[in-house]
Amino acid sequence: MTESTKQPDAAGVSCQCSSAPKLIFSCSGASNLGCIADQAARQLNKLGLGNMFCLAGIGGRVSGIMASTEAASAILVIDGCGLECAKKTMENAGFNHFAHLRLIDLGMERGSTSVDDHSIFRVVEAAKVLLAEVAVAG
Amino acid sequence: MKLVQILGPGCPKCEKLKANTEQAAKLAGTEVMVEKISDINQIAAFGVMMVPALVIDGEVKAVGKVLSPEEIKPMLQ
Repeated sequence: MTESTKQPDAAGVSCQCSSAPKLIFSCSGASNLGCIADQAARQLNKLGLGNMFCLAGIGGRVSGIMASTEAASAILVIDGCGLECAKKTMENAGFNHFAHLRLIDLGMERGSTSVDDHSIFRVVEAAKVLLAEVAVAG
Repeated sequence: MKLVQILGPGCPKCEKLKANTEQAAKLAGTEVMVEKISDINQIAAFGVMMVPALVIDGEVKAVGKVLSPEEIKPMLQ
């Protein structure tokens, strides 16, 4: 394997010799939409489209999480509802350049949309488009 | 004395960061203890997503880049 194609290892750590990863933050809130956002972020991580990262680490200003986020090639933030907790958490920590996906903009409703494979699939597909766009922009 | 930890598997860039850190310590006149951490699980425990990474007294200062001695120096003062 050449250095330029080296992928993150099992612990998710990648060498600088490879390109910096895209990081995905989900609100992962208590509502149905938070759950869908969380599951979609995990699915994107599993598909290798980005690395799901800890929003709580941003809130807690954990130095390793903060420094890694600063070094990311692109950031996708997924919020469930219009409270935009994930977006605000990122902005309060000084991160202002990221793609933002809100599940309510996909027609999902807090309290009524089912947490199922179809809902998660729709979020994953919308996130794929955004991740492709940030890749082009980056 | 400051504890400096270099996180990385031991590639040339990790070695360069270690050398730059040691040079920065000389420039700053600060006594440091440099520790290399190559175990991937230990690295991940810092919340670090990329290497090389520079940790000073337990705080991650830089991730995924090789800082110059001049950039590291103020972190050691």
